Amino acid sequence: MKPEQNYIELFNRNRALIDSGSAGAMNALRDRALDCLVRHGLPHKGLEEYLHTDVAEWFGPDWGLNPARIDMHVDMAQAFRCNVPNLSTLLYFLANDEFALSQTAARASLPEGVFAGSLREAAGSRPEIVERYYGRSADMDRPGIAAVNSMFAQDGMMIYVPDGVVIDKPLQLVTLLHSPVDMMVNRRILVVLGRCARLKLLLCDHALSANRFLTTQVMEVFAGPGSGLELYDLEETHNANLRISELYVSQEQDSSVEADFVTLHNGRTRNSVYVTLQGRGARLSLNGIGAIDREQHLDNMTFVDHRVPECTSNELFKYVLDDSATGAFAGKVLVRKDAQHTSSEQTNRNICLTRSARMFTQPQLEIYADDVKCSHGATVGQLDDRAMFYMRQRGIPEQEARMMLMQAFVGEVIGRVALEPLRDRLNRLVEKRFRGELSQCEGCRACR
Amino acid sequence: MMLKIENLHAGIDGREILKGIDLEVNAGEVHAIMGPNGSGKSTMSNVLAGHPAYHVTEGRVTFKGKDLLSMSAEERSHEGLFMSFQYPVEIPGVSMTNFMRTAINEKRKALGEEPLPPAAFLRLVKEKRDLVKLDAKFMNRSVNEGFSGGEKKRNEIFQMAMLEPSLSILDETDSGLDIDALRIVADGVNRLRSADTSVIVITHYQRLLDYIKPDVVHVLYQGRIIKTSGPELALELEERGYDWVIKEFEDSLG
Repeated sequence: MKPEQNYIELFNRNRALIDSGSAGAMNALRDRALDCLVRHGLPHKGLEEYLHTDVAEWFGPDWGLNPARIDMHVDMAQAFRCNVPNLSTLLYFLANDEFALSQTAARASLPEGVFAGSLREAAGSRPEIVERYYGRSADMDRPGIAAVNSMFAQDGMMIYVPDGVVIDKPLQLVTLLHSPVDMMVNRRILVVLGRCARLKLLLCDHALSANRFLTTQVMEVFAGPGSGLELYDLEETHNANLRISELYVSQEQDSSVEADFVTLHNGRTRNSVYVTLQGRGARLSLNGIGAIDREQHLDNMTFVDHRVPECTSNELFKYVLDDSATGAFAGKVLVRKDAQHTSSEQTNRNICLTRSARMFTQPQLEIYADDVKCSHGATVGQLDDRAMFYMRQRGIPEQEARMMLMQAFVGEVIGRVALEPLRDRLNRLVEKRFRGELSQCEGCRACR
Repeated sequence: MMLKIENLHAGIDGREILKGIDLEVNAGEVHAIMGPNGSGKSTMSNVLAGHPAYHVTEGRVTFKGKDLLSMSAEERSHEGLFMSFQYPVEIPGVSMTNFMRTAINEKRKALGEEPLPPAAFLRLVKEKRDLVKLDAKFMNRSVNEGFSGGEKKRNEIFQMAMLEPSLSILDETDSGLDIDALRIVADGVNRLRSADTSVIVITHYQRLLDYIKPDVVHVLYQGRIIKTSGPELALELEERGYDWVIKEFEDSLG
């Protein structure tokens, strides 16, 4: 039996229940999603894009879902403090996929026309936006999890920032996995930025209970002309979490998007990023840090589609792999025939601290325009022995020297993070991670 | 006695390079170790500094009365041994300030002292920078990254000044230096000399010894010290080359 068969049956059996726990445009997409899943199946190792991460296998166990939306009784404010010092945010939660807002977010008055709230609620109250954008860039017609996510997702978050509106204060969405039993969670995020709108969004992914989870996260971003988005996706879950996320970004003229993926603690993770640069002068900065050890697995796949002239994309991904961790990075850049004066740079550098750590890296450039500046580079290596000896000669103990070199290595990526308080926080978190003090996510009282 | 080396045999990758070195250095002395290429000069400094790739197969080294060879590289540093690298290493992403502060405070920790307060650290940095004429900006730069040849060597002497070692080994410190940089480096070393500290200058050429006057000069050849004499030996080597010393040595073997 194909691994998706279970889920197709589950879906058909519970369709009414799923619909009743959701709304409008989310429900309207389910038939097509089912059709796509039937046609393409779940992504498996036989596909080049999933060579190192057999997502279909993750679906093997008969995961339980919560379509009836039984209350898991997560007292978010009590259970969780994800405090980024000196960073004041408007805080929102997704407990599994159930939206909630913090008291500060509830009290805050956002600029007129802004919507930041439950996607399910938006599907009812702001159908003109949700219908226009929901499922529009998430591509279900290819191997991936957009289809299965669209079948089962009942809620999530929508952020809509109208033309000309700038939200200075960063929005923070904390996603919490919490369940008394092993569970599959499907969550959905939709971000729409109007002309010249600006938004900073920090996603913090945590697990509150030690059960096994399978998480699918699909996020669609529409960046209008001249808009600006800073997006940070920070994973600090645990070894029993299987996470697959897909981010779809479409960028209009002169828009600017920074998207940073930081994986500090996880089980097995696959992040796929699809960016379409479809308006002249759009700029993209895409960065990632992976600090993984034990049997952890991290696979980042990026696909940047330069469709029009004069766009810029910069990518920097760095991994530090310890113990028997495995990492993969695949970076595709497509420069279409019309995309003259494209500037594209992609770098992936990795350090394997042990002989049993494995890293697979694959840059892939397809260039059909002739007047472009494109470069890529990938390396896998060890800590620099000469630097180690130099530091030890100056009295810095071996362990400390290793710490400093690892910190410096990922420091280059942290240096690209635009949000300064987050930069400080990341430096601290990464240091703790390398010192082995971050064995669970920090901030969760449940893990202490 | 600062340093006593007895019958030291050592090498790398299973190849023996040092074949029985004997050397004694007293506090306050400057020793020059000269020799043709491939004689084992760099091996000797690396072995003394505790480079993990080198293996000692025989012999003893006593540093200020302690067994040097049983110590890790960092312990040797804490005990007061410093090596100026022939090729200082670039460390991207680690600032000079962070590097130096960590080095100083790790040494203090090993000696059971409190970390140096930030203001005192900054004063010390300023004082030692001036010694080798390095400007303030360089403390924010990554260690040796993008430094010119002269800056790298001045940085070595700056670090030496900061760490106040009792024994400094200068490994080919003159290589790649123009005459002005050489003067600054030598001047820095001379101002750090005292009755309690010793220096071993490892060099291929006499040039540096015009500025750092040695008390004793040794010739290293095929992993052995084949001649030891006063400072006049350096001048003679400069004039006549190494061949005559080597011949003298070979004749003595019969």
